[in-house]
Amino acid sequence: MIDAVLVAGTVLCAVRAIRATQLLSSALWLAGVSALASILLYRLGAPQIAVIELSVGAGLVTVLFVFAISIAGDDGLTEREFLPNWLALGLIALFAGLLGWMILPLEETGVAAAEATFESVLWSDRALDVLVQIVLIFSGVLCLVTLLKERHTSAQQQALAGREERERPSAAVSGNGHHPQAAVPDPSPAEVEEIHA
Amino acid sequence: MSALNWVTLGVLGLLGAGLYGLLITRNLIKVVIALQILVKGALLALVAAGQASGQINLGQSLAVTVIVADTVVAVVGLALAVQVKRLVGTLDVKALSNLRG
Repeated sequence: MIDAVLVAGTVLCAVRAIRATQLLSSALWLAGVSALASILLYRLGAPQIAVIELSVGAGLVTVLFVFAISIAGDDGLTEREFLPNWLALGLIALFAGLLGWMILPLEETGVAAAEATFESVLWSDRALDVLVQIVLIFSGVLCLVTLLKERHTSAQQQALAGREERERPSAAVSGNGHHPQAAVPDPSPAEVEEIHA
Repeated sequence: MSALNWVTLGVLGLLGAGLYGLLITRNLIKVVIALQILVKGALLALVAAGQASGQINLGQSLAVTVIVADTVVAVVGLALAVQVKRLVGTLDVKALSNLRG
């Protein structure tokens, strides 16, 4: 019975996360999905994954969402949708019906005679997966650094351009007979556009 | 009805909710949220399949990979959404179709 309540709560939180009109509410409903899913994982006999899901899914990812929403703001965009609601619901009902017809009822086929421990499976049998995870993490960090680096360079270019604008009149006044623009010609409009791009 | 079947129904519900979100939403951050819900369904399905086949530890080790990939996707997707908002001024997916021929 408690499994049914947990499953209903998880699906309800997921639907609320999709239908919420504010992004912050969506992120909090998503954290609810992760928390309830971690309880389900624990009840399925996977406590390690339940802990990881609770800390990463309901903790770290929610903080990331709140951080991104606070930077980007809330656009709303609820008045226009890609598909009509009835068509989307019909497609989803068709998909869920076909998938449920294929996999339900799910029966246990019996416990393996001597299953290895989680640590040995993860570090020995699935060592390639661990390598892929490391590569994924480094790729994510590189993507993040590249995306944020672009913001810093454009800001630095703007600051540099502002500093040049401020220093140019003072150099013209303090010069001893030589016009500073004679030594360093002004960039052409095409060069200015390149710098700003 | 056994716990495994309830979880399988939950997997169907999560996958359906995630696909529904991908079909109707135009907000970039909402798209990432819908992807997260989809991956939660896949995660539950992996562990339930491991439990059903008597190889729960194999299912757990696969689920770790899914969690790592899911988190990286969320981080990169949110960073892209922030940059799109900064450059285009909106989070609307339709606004990104300027290069369409």
